[in-house]
Amino acid sequence: MSDDAPSAVVTGALRRTLNLARPDEVYNAIVEAHKDLTDEQCRAFDARLILLLANHVGDEAAIHEALAAARQSLEEEGT
Amino acid sequence: MGRAGEGRLSSYTYRRYPYRRPAELDGQAERRPVVPVVIVGAGMAGPTLALSLAQRGIATVVLDEDDTVSLGSRSICQAKHSLEIWDRFGIAERMVEKGITWEQGEVYLRDKPIYRFNLQPEPEQKFPAFVNLQQYYVEEYLFERCLAEPLVDLRFRNKVVGVASRDDGVTVEVETPDGRYTLEADWLVACDGVRSPVRHMLGLPYPGEVFHDQFLIADIRLLSELPRERRFWFYPPFHPTNSVLLHRQADNVLRVDFQLGRDADAEEEKKSENVDRRLRQMFGPDARWEHEWTSVYTFTCRMMERFLHGRVIFAGDAAHVVSPFGARGGNGAIADVDNLAWKLALVLEGSAPANLLESYCSERRAASRENILNSTRSTDFITPKFAAARAFRDATLSLARDFPFARALINSGRLSVPTGHAGSALDTPDTDQDWRRGPTPGRAMVDAPVGGEGEGWLVDRMGPGFTLLTFAERGFAFERLPQRVTGLCVSGDGLARQRYDAQPGTSYLIRPDRYVAARWRRYDPAAVDAAVRRATGNG
Repeated sequence: MSDDAPSAVVTGALRRTLNLARPDEVYNAIVEAHKDLTDEQCRAFDARLILLLANHVGDEAAIHEALAAARQSLEEEGT
Repeated sequence: MGRAGEGRLSSYTYRRYPYRRPAELDGQAERRPVVPVVIVGAGMAGPTLALSLAQRGIATVVLDEDDTVSLGSRSICQAKHSLEIWDRFGIAERMVEKGITWEQGEVYLRDKPIYRFNLQPEPEQKFPAFVNLQQYYVEEYLFERCLAEPLVDLRFRNKVVGVASRDDGVTVEVETPDGRYTLEADWLVACDGVRSPVRHMLGLPYPGEVFHDQFLIADIRLLSELPRERRFWFYPPFHPTNSVLLHRQADNVLRVDFQLGRDADAEEEKKSENVDRRLRQMFGPDARWEHEWTSVYTFTCRMMERFLHGRVIFAGDAAHVVSPFGARGGNGAIADVDNLAWKLALVLEGSAPANLLESYCSERRAASRENILNSTRSTDFITPKFAAARAFRDATLSLARDFPFARALINSGRLSVPTGHAGSALDTPDTDQDWRRGPTPGRAMVDAPVGGEGEGWLVDRMGPGFTLLTFAERGFAFERLPQRVTGLCVSGDGLARQRYDAQPGTSYLIRPDRYVAARWRRYDPAAVDAAVRRATGNG
């Protein structure tokens, strides 16, 4: 994780430390839910999941920060 | 909209309005008086502006190259705010009678309804959220009213071919069947549509975004029962790869709007046998219909950098244009000229400095930005631009039936409501801190019933200029009320009181275009005076 936060996004709204009581359970549940799906089905599934979770989170600042963090992590991977 | 093809019309008879040889052609040598305002274009905006100025005692000449109303239905959804404006010329009730009142809409996914919406969350207003009425009827009623108005000189088959703007006026070159003549005007307002010849003559750019998706409009007269609400389908069985929008209009006409996609062959699609094949799938084997108008269109979202260029002012589609989703084109144009009329009148009579018109540019550009943003988001939802966008769109649709939150994300056109212009230099920001609701400065006033039963509507009680709306006991005396402000006292515990979050003494200063300029918890004539000065550029 870089120290430079994207300028348009205020940091601090998104939790960066563990918030799950049973992290392995949740991680595996997410992965398992994608099992046997084609790439296209995975995309459709993830879109539903993201919308459901975004609405549950509700915090617009946290959602923007998560979007920026995900994008940044992806770009760092690519370099 | 770019129009690729047009057909005939069976339910509406086009009248040719008479061309009259302009007097200027015969008396060019003698000096003619300068016209206060020349308006180019007799669509919906131009005549509305002319009538607004006439109500303020300003004479106009309206020039149109054609001699009839809009070909085809075009703008059909006339919003409450526009109806309130036309009501001041006595033609809105006729529109409501002729048109189709609707406030509900329904969205379908494949063959099932997933979501209903109501566009009038606050009923009990004089006008409904929308009346569907074809543009040619709106123009016909406006023309009729203009032709009866001595201060409006509406000239058909008078084509503007030259515009020269100076610091103190505009020279307009006009071509008629009998030859050319010249008009001198203090101001020229170009309401001449998306292809604005005036904008071209001045060489002004029209930056924006071009959308490549094609849509097919089929206006048909269906000879059976018609739905009264707006319906929108994503992936219906009768058009499984795209969306369809259905609107009912006057004279039992239905507008069916098929999304065709980018690669469709417009010439092929608008052939009547192909349109009929789609309609047959949609309405079933027993339905009968007649064709009114067929058109394939694409659209753009554009906005001029400035709506004011010296003594030339741009309004409506000439200044900004959006996609049709949301009914923001025609209604935005009407809001433009309503914002402009009172300011132009004050400048012409010397009661306000010319730079008051700068606020027309800034307020209506803010409104256009809001309209373009909303319209672009609707367009992006209806026609997703990349694979992930389509995945999220489809996910939203499929979640909507079981998850109420997802219904709010469905964007099949966020329908036009009066735009705001928060932060306009003309507005006086709130100083009292205890407002819980009510229109803030920069927002449109909200109608409500006032007084006892049958006593009427707030919109009917407004003054011709600025109005100070004060909630107080009957017979409240507006002491030292500034000149040219009409005091309006509303008493009792009605809906008006709720809608304006009113306590005894609460006062709203409302501009001539029915936008809130300032509000206070108590009547203070000095504060009213300062706010009126500010709102007229005299602050």
